Amino acid sequence: MNGRLWGILADSFPKLLGYGIRVTVPLTILSFLLALVISVIVALIQYADVKVLRQICRFYIWVIRGTPLLVQLYLVIYGLPSIGIVLDAFPTAVLVFGFNEGAYMAETMRGSMESVSRGQVEAGYCVGLNFLQIMMHVVLPQAFRTAFPALSNSLISMLKGTSMAATITVMEMFRQATVINGRVYESLGLYGEVALIYLAFCTILTALQHWGEKKLASYGGTRS
Amino acid sequence: MMLEIKNVMKRFEDHVVLDGISLDVEKGDVVAILGPSGSGKTTFLRCLNFLEQADSGEMIFEGTRYDLNKAKKSEITALRRKTAFVFQNYNLFLNKTVLENVTLGLILGSRIRKQEANEIAIDALRRVGMADRLSSYPVQLSGGQQQRVAIARVLALKPDIIFFDEPTSALDPELIGEVLSVMRQLAEDGMTMLVVTHEMEFARNVSNKVLFMENAHVVESGSSHEFFANPKSERSREFVNSLASFA
Repeated sequence: MNGRLWGILADSFPKLLGYGIRVTVPLTILSFLLALVISVIVALIQYADVKVLRQICRFYIWVIRGTPLLVQLYLVIYGLPSIGIVLDAFPTAVLVFGFNEGAYMAETMRGSMESVSRGQVEAGYCVGLNFLQIMMHVVLPQAFRTAFPALSNSLISMLKGTSMAATITVMEMFRQATVINGRVYESLGLYGEVALIYLAFCTILTALQHWGEKKLASYGGTRS
Repeated sequence: MMLEIKNVMKRFEDHVVLDGISLDVEKGDVVAILGPSGSGKTTFLRCLNFLEQADSGEMIFEGTRYDLNKAKKSEITALRRKTAFVFQNYNLFLNKTVLENVTLGLILGSRIRKQEANEIAIDALRRVGMADRLSSYPVQLSGGQQQRVAIARVLALKPDIIFFDEPTSALDPELIGEVLSVMRQLAEDGMTMLVVTHEMEFARNVSNKVLFMENAHVVESGSSHEFFANPKSERSREFVNSLASFA
């Protein structure tokens, strides 16, 4: 290690962290919220067995899970303009990440909803609730708790996955690292540095997951 | 007549579960539905609240006729507002406290304001001796306590009739008494109840009518005093005697 490398790392650190906080984090949060909304809707439609819509949901999950994320990004950013749909890079990334992870999370949510005992739904009907009220107040809260570790997985994997937005010119943390590296040629140092920042972000998310699991456990205690 | 049930039929694939069950219930009746396991008792009760769809049969409840095979959603909702169901495994909402379990139906189903719902709920919980556990979650309660909360949950809705599906079958023996004494109190207060049960003391001493089922059929139905003192059919006599040998 020499003084030049330390200088480069020290200079680049605040820049990378800045892009991480200003771009990578918001990109992750927006994409995850979109994915969460999609997953709940898609899971609900399947749980309620709504005809036609259910088929559309299965088709969506089939296509998204069966094609690479990178290909989906390229299709939207470079493919869609030829049929007149032109989107900026950042919204494209949010949409593609959201719809992509939404398909996986929908399966997580569906499985968790189906694991809620049928008796909970019957009790809901018997005290005069309708289907949506039962979903909102009884089934989804319980399903969300079961799904929480798996959804946390999705969030962590999405945070790292946002680095792929670099390939469609979104200037996020990883692309910033490649830009700096293009000037100084310190691949090991810079990519190591950016990896450590991702690791730090994910460590925070892991801590949040543990905190969240404790919170959610309050009404469950031990499982019986 | 408060409730007339006529000719309920139900099969699961080629297994006949209910083969023409009928029952008349007067206001204030406590009907014990008895019979060996697998005789169709629970399915019969569930059909009355549309938790199962019967293949055919009809029900006249407080002057309104229901087709047990195909009722409209609005009819089912209206019926469920006047009836209540207590489950074998309680089915308390696991993500809600004791108080919320009781108020949820009042606030969302009956559109009662929260303040008032809380008062009704606490009142109902007091009746079953659970008013001191308002903020506990179901998993923090014993089975007997959970079942009492489940009873409070239906009492708060002021139903005209309560269906009990083996309310004590999932309980440890020492917890059965507290639930039965709540049910006995309800009976004394004049609540109309249909109770699927294996508790013969309850059937003998609390219920005034018995419906004895076996293999999807009604073997005998009528006054509970008659049934225990002087069973009409050979099969009923066997059933009553087999119970006597346990006592």
